[in-house]
Amino acid sequence: MSKSPEVKLVNVPSPNFVPEKDLGKPLVLEAAHLGIDFGGLVAVDEFNIGIGATEICGLIGPNGAGKTTIFNLLTKVYEPTRGTIMLGGKDTHNLTPSQVNQMGIARTFQNIRLFDKLTVEENVKIGLHNHIGYHTVAGIFRLPNYWKEEKKAHEKALELLDIFGMADLANVTADSLPYGAQRRLEIVRALATGPKLLLLDEPAAGMNPSETEELMNNIRKIRDEFQIAVLLIEHDMNLVMGICESIVVLNFGRIIAKGTPSQIQGNPQVIEAYLGTHRG
Amino acid sequence: MLVHLINGISLGSIYAIIALGYTMVYGIAKMLNFAHGDVIMVGGYVSFFAMTKAGLPAPLALLLAIIVCTILGITIERLAYKPLRSATSLAVLITAIGMSYFLQNAALLLWGANPKAFPDMFKNAEAIEFFGAKISPVALVAIFANIVIMVILTLFTTRTKVGKAMRAVSEDKGAATLMGINVNFTISLTFAIGSGLAAIAGVLLCSAYPTLMPTTGSLPGIKAFTAAVFGGIGSIPGAMIGGILLGVIEILARAYISSELADAIVFGVLIVVLIFRPTGLLGKQIHEKV
Repeated sequence: MSKSPEVKLVNVPSPNFVPEKDLGKPLVLEAAHLGIDFGGLVAVDEFNIGIGATEICGLIGPNGAGKTTIFNLLTKVYEPTRGTIMLGGKDTHNLTPSQVNQMGIARTFQNIRLFDKLTVEENVKIGLHNHIGYHTVAGIFRLPNYWKEEKKAHEKALELLDIFGMADLANVTADSLPYGAQRRLEIVRALATGPKLLLLDEPAAGMNPSETEELMNNIRKIRDEFQIAVLLIEHDMNLVMGICESIVVLNFGRIIAKGTPSQIQGNPQVIEAYLGTHRG
Repeated sequence: MLVHLINGISLGSIYAIIALGYTMVYGIAKMLNFAHGDVIMVGGYVSFFAMTKAGLPAPLALLLAIIVCTILGITIERLAYKPLRSATSLAVLITAIGMSYFLQNAALLLWGANPKAFPDMFKNAEAIEFFGAKISPVALVAIFANIVIMVILTLFTTRTKVGKAMRAVSEDKGAATLMGINVNFTISLTFAIGSGLAAIAGVLLCSAYPTLMPTTGSLPGIKAFTAAVFGGIGSIPGAMIGGILLGVIEILARAYISSELADAIVFGVLIVVLIFRPTGLLGKQIHEKV
């Protein structure tokens, strides 16, 4: 038997990077050459990203750059035209939004989409849906297992609501909450699904500076407590520069820059595309 | 008077059970399933043949009808409505009407146009005296069945996680699926429950009015739809109240005014109610955002 000649393997530069603390842990998300066309329009092209296990990453760019489209691709609302999305090392090709949710990706929405007529607690319990383990028959006839699981779900829901100090609002309907609280409830509901990666679509939209400050602390707190990664779209630069460890800048559906907040702030292309007006 | 009232509540209970199918499907899938009335007819035929040809006892015939209708309901949804989920509501409506005619004509082809005499399921039971009024056993069974179904369904939608998932899907399909809820399963389940109930209603209806033909389901179907709108479409207690009121109005009109005009009076009342409460008795008032 002839042996094949010994070859030397070398490292190739990967298009992605992660914070040093997440080195050695598997990437929670890795998307390569991702793209989608709507008819003839190339909405997103050559989108590459790798997100570390506990990274907070910001996705920024001018309006219409394709940021929410990327969220819709990652959560499989749209099936990508090109490229791959790996969640926790598994390919998500042809999976549905509910399947990828169960694989550990959860999101909030730019325009709030709570279940308005359900109570705050019920909204969170919808998020817990796949973690409640009783049978429907047990639910109708109130078998002991129902009470046990329902009690567990109730406690879990209150515990999650307590992150934002909303436990006392558990029994009001979602549509009667003030705007900021609705945004916070969306985050709690997404957290309830037990994600490894949380996508936040403009979490600070419509919030005043002190609310934004509180939100930043809470995002950090969620990351530290649950040891999850966060990818967020945001226009509020104080928030983005304040909490993100890495930033990806998008313009016309393509990545124009990637790096740390200070690298992004000094990047002439970004300044031209996005922050241009700031430098007059 | 009392006997008419109880007969009205009994007929109304059958309408209510059918109306539940309309209202649940509307609530979840936001569509009017006009083939629902014809599922009732199929349930009637299945139980008829189970009892007369196969000689099965009544409870088994009912069970068989429920199973067949449940499968039929899921199949109709998968084949006819699911491909149109993102189409305009008008396209879905027309498909539903087409499905209704398809079922009627399939029944005509399979089982002929001749009315069949539905066997009396309760021939051993005596009519019951109630404050001097004679109540037929079918009437009592219908009222009882309606109450049981209503209690179970209410508990199901408010207390169980699948029921809560249903309410979530009815509010926002997109958000529900992103929270890990299997929307296709939830919609199939809704059709299954609605069609299973249609089978029960079909057997009760044929027991109370024992002529069975391919168009048996269509008028009760339309009336139950009216009852669902009357009570506020999308609302489970609304379907019950709407159904019972409609049944009582129909029987009283038939007894005291004119049996020819009864249906006209029923639909007349609907028009009046909708003028004053456009979303039905228990329907939510929708505030349009400008």
